[in-house]
Amino acid sequence: MTVLVFLDHEGGVIRQASRSAIAAASQLGDVDVLVTGPDAVAAARSAAAIPGVKKVLQVTDTTGSSELAEPVAALLAQLAAGYTHILATSSAMAKNVLPRAAALLDVQPIPDIVAINDADTFVRPIYAGSALATVKSADAKKIITVRASAFEPVAAEGGNAVIEDVALPAGPGGSTFVSTELSKSERPELESARVVVSGGNGMQNGENFKLLEPLADRLGAAIGASRAAVDKGFVPNEYQVGQTGKIVAPELYIALGISGAIQHLAGMKDSKVIVAVNKDPEAPIFQVADYGIVGDLFTILPQLEAELDKAG
Amino acid sequence: MKVLVPVKRVIDYNIKPRVKADGSGVETAGVKMSMNPFDEIAVEEAVRLKEKGVVSEIIAVSIGEAKAQDTLRTAMAMGADRAILVETDVVTEPLAVAKVLRALVEREKPDLVILGKQAIDDDMNATGQMLAGLLDRPQATFASKVDVADGGVTVTREIDGGLQTIRLALPAIITADLRLNEPRYASLPNIMKARKKPMEKLTPADLGVDMTPRLSVVSVAEPPERKAGIKLDSAAELVSRLRNEAKVI
Repeated sequence: MTVLVFLDHEGGVIRQASRSAIAAASQLGDVDVLVTGPDAVAAARSAAAIPGVKKVLQVTDTTGSSELAEPVAALLAQLAAGYTHILATSSAMAKNVLPRAAALLDVQPIPDIVAINDADTFVRPIYAGSALATVKSADAKKIITVRASAFEPVAAEGGNAVIEDVALPAGPGGSTFVSTELSKSERPELESARVVVSGGNGMQNGENFKLLEPLADRLGAAIGASRAAVDKGFVPNEYQVGQTGKIVAPELYIALGISGAIQHLAGMKDSKVIVAVNKDPEAPIFQVADYGIVGDLFTILPQLEAELDKAG
Repeated sequence: MKVLVPVKRVIDYNIKPRVKADGSGVETAGVKMSMNPFDEIAVEEAVRLKEKGVVSEIIAVSIGEAKAQDTLRTAMAMGADRAILVETDVVTEPLAVAKVLRALVEREKPDLVILGKQAIDDDMNATGQMLAGLLDRPQATFASKVDVADGGVTVTREIDGGLQTIRLALPAIITADLRLNEPRYASLPNIMKARKKPMEKLTPADLGVDMTPRLSVVSVAEPPERKAGIKLDSAAELVSRLRNEAKVI
């Protein structure tokens, strides 16, 4: 069996979450990968260095059309002839493209798997992680997205795969790329950060999210937010940790002013150590937190920084 | 122009789902059901486009058991003009749902289909993309801003790390993300009015669609429980525990 993994990259560097998808794919068979988008040439070079990758397919394109779902889905459907499984990490890009490719192939996709039982049988969370469903696919090909936190990423270096060019087929037309606006951040990515500091409703406003920065800087952490905080417009959606946002599983997750709705817990409860600070002793977050402090985050936060500074 | 908005009846988002003792699925009998929250956002967007004078008719569609007509009444109370229920007791998978919707799109010829980005029961996040693929039409998923003008639609999409803007020619498919809008509550007079709005009932067979699921459920289980830890009194104690006990800082 040969598996194709559709990779995500940032400026040519393959995202760690995509290396988790390669780890999952290696359980199924030999692995080829596909890279598209701006900087695809640099991305193909970093993909070729990933151990276990046999072949890298690269799409070089400067028109922006490789950022659109229509031609990329058409390409995946075309490439599918040579593969039993097509995988990707559950990124915004893959979620946009893979189901469309699946429809072109008359396949029901299997999103967000957390375990592989055999070539047809997979485990995936449903109801925001309130239950785990084991499902068996009757389709000849499997189109799968992988929950990165469930698979240890393969190494970034050590391999030496061949690189081949593939051309993007024409999509149905009708869609045009206009622009991309990326939030600038010096911080680690939410999904691969070792520490995540998240704020919720208790932050009260967007301005107060700045108060999390010194703590995040101190711990080398990514900053996240609950859906409630995003809903209220405190921070942009890409900060969202939860069922409808990003799924994280860092070594340390610090939840400040987050009550712990199922929606949020679905996105972070696989973290190794969870710390919660909340005024409400009944907040559900305390039912999953390893360490909890009942109190006002605006009082605790400076104390926490002072203690970290003291400890050096 | 015409807009089609599919809506799904799911366990209310405030209810904690319970796995059935035999591991065959999640208990839905006697559980409060509501419209999938992302579909509410999709309905709201269609209603706002109608209020702006861009849209002339909104058709709400649901595919599922007979009780899904409650969800369609809710959509009509929010402002949809009429509804179509495609009745089936089979578990609805995105591929089959997209095929039903394709048949309805071919019949009703809407200029836009606006769907929720994801149903909160199966968390599949696929139907809109699949419908667009089956119809070979342009798609804009995870929309946080929709602007219909000059015979097309400009959509701002939520992507990893920021926002992307794309322009689609009509007819097109859009899926709604969280920040697109805040859905309205249906007022009592509108709920009463919705009872009189037309609802057509069809079956998948009427539309020539085979609903047989491609994924069979082997089992459904509770995830491993995470145990509650301990409550601490001070930041000093927390730092000491994180350093010496958990060893994560």
